Amino acid sequence: MTEFITPLVGGLLIGLAATLLLLFLGRIAGISGIVWGAISNQSDRLWRWLFVWGLIIGVGLYHAISGAPIPSYDMGPVAAIIGGLLVGVGVKLGSGCTSGHGVCGLGRLSLRSLAATATFMGLGVVTVSVVRHLL
Amino acid sequence: MNKLMAVVAGLLFGVGLAASGMTDPAKVLGFLDIFGDWVPDLAFVMGGAVLVTLVSFRFILKRQAPVCDTTFHVPNNTTIDKKLLIGAALFGIGWGIYGYCPGPALGALVYLKQNTVIFVVAMLAGMWGVHRWVK
Repeated sequence: MTEFITPLVGGLLIGLAATLLLLFLGRIAGISGIVWGAISNQSDRLWRWLFVWGLIIGVGLYHAISGAPIPSYDMGPVAAIIGGLLVGVGVKLGSGCTSGHGVCGLGRLSLRSLAATATFMGLGVVTVSVVRHLL
Repeated sequence: MNKLMAVVAGLLFGVGLAASGMTDPAKVLGFLDIFGDWVPDLAFVMGGAVLVTLVSFRFILKRQAPVCDTTFHVPNNTTIDKKLLIGAALFGIGWGIYGYCPGPALGALVYLKQNTVIFVVAMLAGMWGVHRWVK
C-alpha cells in the first residue's frame, strides 16, 4: 500500500505545478512545448527557462531532502539515441507529451489530448511488450 | 511575480517527478509492462495530477485572464488528425524504448549521467528535425 503514496503525492504536486502555471501565467504545463519555446527563438523565453531550471533543480532537491537514491537504471547509449529521437520527433509532430496532453489536456477535458494520451500510452505498452517478451 | 511563479511551478513539478518515480526508467518501463511483471504504482502519478487539474482548471478558466497576463495561452486546436496520432505513436514507442518522456528526461539531467544527456540531445534534435522539415 505505501508504494502508492509517493507516486500519488508526486502526482498531486505535478497537478499543483500545472495549476499555478495556468492561474498565474495562463500557460499550459506541457514540458515538450516549454522546452521547445525555450531553445527556439521566441520572444518570451525567460519564464520557460526559469521553469525548466526549476524542474531540474526540483528533482535534485527531492533527492537531497528525502535521501532517496538516484535511479541507477541505464539502457545504454544506443537506446538513448533511438528513444530520444523518437520522443523528440513524436512530441513535436503530436504537439505534446505526458504533461501537455496527459496532465493538462485531460484536465481540460480535451478529446484531442485524450486521443493523443491513449495513443502514446498504448504504443508505450506495445513497445515494452515487444522488447521484453517478443524480441 | 510571473518569473517567481515560473520557478516555483518548475520546482514543484521537478519534486513531483522525482517523488513519483517518473525519473526512474526502470519504474516507468515496469508500469508500461502490463503483460509482464506489471508495477501499477505510476498510475497514481497521472491519476493524482489529473485529479488536481480536472478541478482547478475548471475554476481558473472561468476567469477573464490569468493573474500575471492579459490572456490565457491555451491551445484551441480540437482536430484529431494523422499528424497528432502518428506523433503520439512515435512518442509512445520512444518512451517504451528508454522509459523517459520529456519532463523526466530533463529532470534526470541533474543525475549527471551520460546517457540521459545523450537522450535529451537526441530528443531536441528530433524536435528540431520536425520543425525544420515537416510543415
